[in-house]
Amino acid sequence: MENNALIEMKDVTKRLGGRTILDHVSLKIYQGQVTTIIGKSGTGKSVLLKHIIGLLRPDEGTILFNGKPIDKMIRREWDQYTSRISYMFQNNALFDSLTVFENVALPLQQTTRLGKREIERRVMARIEQTELAEVTRRHPSELSGGMQKRVALARALVTDPEIVLFDEPTTGQDVIRRNAILSMIAQYQKKLGFTAILISHEIPDVFFISNRIIIIDDGQIIFQGTPEELENFDHPFVDEFIQSLEGLQEHLTGLHSKRNFKVRYQSTLSRKHPHEKFIAATFSIDDLDVLGQNLGHRMTQQVIKALGEYINKHFGSVGGFSTRLGRDRFVTVLPFSDIAEAEHILKDFVDDLREHGLAAIGQDVQMPADSCFEFNISAGLAEGTSADEIESIIASAESQRKTIAQFQCPMRG
Amino acid sequence: MAKESFDQKVIDLWPLASLGGMVRGWVNQLGAITIFLFRALLMIFHPKQFPMMIQQVYYIGATSTTIVMLVALFTGMVLGLQLHHALAKFGSQGVLGTTIALSLVREMGPVLTAIMITARAGSSMATEVGIQRISEQIDALSTMHIDPVRYLVSPRLAASIISFPLLTAVFDLIGMVGGYITGVVLLGLNAGTYLHGIQSGLELEDITSGFVKAVVFSIIVSTICCFQGYFTHMRKDGYGAKAVGLSTTSAVVLSCVVILIADYVVTSFLL
Repeated sequence: MENNALIEMKDVTKRLGGRTILDHVSLKIYQGQVTTIIGKSGTGKSVLLKHIIGLLRPDEGTILFNGKPIDKMIRREWDQYTSRISYMFQNNALFDSLTVFENVALPLQQTTRLGKREIERRVMARIEQTELAEVTRRHPSELSGGMQKRVALARALVTDPEIVLFDEPTTGQDVIRRNAILSMIAQYQKKLGFTAILISHEIPDVFFISNRIIIIDDGQIIFQGTPEELENFDHPFVDEFIQSLEGLQEHLTGLHSKRNFKVRYQSTLSRKHPHEKFIAATFSIDDLDVLGQNLGHRMTQQVIKALGEYINKHFGSVGGFSTRLGRDRFVTVLPFSDIAEAEHILKDFVDDLREHGLAAIGQDVQMPADSCFEFNISAGLAEGTSADEIESIIASAESQRKTIAQFQCPMRG
Repeated sequence: MAKESFDQKVIDLWPLASLGGMVRGWVNQLGAITIFLFRALLMIFHPKQFPMMIQQVYYIGATSTTIVMLVALFTGMVLGLQLHHALAKFGSQGVLGTTIALSLVREMGPVLTAIMITARAGSSMATEVGIQRISEQIDALSTMHIDPVRYLVSPRLAASIISFPLLTAVFDLIGMVGGYITGVVLLGLNAGTYLHGIQSGLELEDITSGFVKAVVFSIIVSTICCFQGYFTHMRKDGYGAKAVGLSTTSAVVLSCVVILIADYVVTSFLL
């Protein structure tokens, strides 16, 4: 894989107004992956994206696309290259004299030979997916900052591009919407297979959807690798910046952050005898992307939020602590429980979640009368000792996973 | 580095070098504006242009009609008043219609119409394009694979080429009505003499030369105004909203000056 970078920057340097913004930056972007660029404000993240799409040209160094330097491309090759890329601007760059519909339709109207009806169909599909159907005839200045972001997102995705550059797509959104946008990007990325390059500060949420992380500081790349590799990366930037953004709690669910979970795990179990047992429970929502499609990304985030809150409520009261492992996965450690007690708590949890948590969500869902959806929540329990690695206990719990709750649409009762 | 400081010293110590630098800047600017104009002209015939062109014809042309008519009416009336007064000294009031018609059709119609449209539509062209530049809308067009010159400049250029001659014709007509009001209605000149003067004094060449000027002015105004807006971000004397304001001012002032210079040049070719 290391040799098949879709986009590669080699020693790229850019100076603006006498200041070096990018200083010998070398990085690789791989096809079909979500790559997230993290860095403090003013460290050159947007400048880096603008080099990829050709809005800026490097003073030194080369940018390669499929191994070919983009500055050596002939006009036809350049047009082909840029037509494969879509860019979502940090400040949205919406046309304020056009309505929401016209903004989203613009790239299709101006660059394709599609008929009016087909353009309308595609635009309305994106508008509905971004929950903007109510405001299609309004102008951007009449919308909130969050809505404007979603219009920009809809416009970036309407042409079904192969590479999408997202410059802070979630800034200014509330926690549910923020996760909904990231979830939408992840879902489209899987469905359409585009390569996503994302600038985001939403840590750890953005880690759940990213294949690779690139950290830029003072115009230089200080890390590139997977989110897992970042966890073991020892650098002052991680301590100062990433951990401060991550905080102690995950924003959406209120559960421990991964880092805080690990600290809690080590401090709690270090007091236990090495052979003393404890329980780990994992939870997951099956087919999250299908759920997102049927239920809408915002409601899907409500489901995740409800699940996280109910996990916290039931298992926290008996000394358990939990974290979110991924977009659709949670883990809870019950340090003072045995398997029988854990199963008993799990049963109470399931009853409460089914009766109150999911029922409340079901009442909020606005679905067309002729459509229906359902989803399952699975859980698995495993015993471990403090001598075991937490990852192996989690893997063991996941292998025991079975459906514990099924949500059915109101039509089926 | 050493070369740069040497160049700097030359500019500081030798005023002619400074003047040369300025002239070189103007020539560069002229080259850039010429390339900009030809790019915009070439893209006028792009198949997606028609709806945007119609919109611009409405904005530049149709909505400017009232103000152009108002200015034309009073210009014609003042001309009628002044010329009647001057011609009366030689007992030649009979040529009032001819004089007003020739002044309007050959000279004042195209020039004043162009200046009026510059003030009304040219300034808004520069502002609109300038705001689109500083809010990254022009960059957004590039990323969407839409040529910004094709999308923003060509329709305005085409609409100006269509609108200027039409508005000039309106100006000429209303100006002659203004002259009629003063000369015939207020000062008592014979209506037949006035109208016959217009009919006999005007030739097709006069009307053609007026329209040629209108087309030349339309290209000048739309190119200068769009150019100033398009390169707002390159200004060295201001950033952001201030740069947009400065671009609009430059666009209007430069357009008016170039209209008058071009008027002289075109007139000398046409006479």
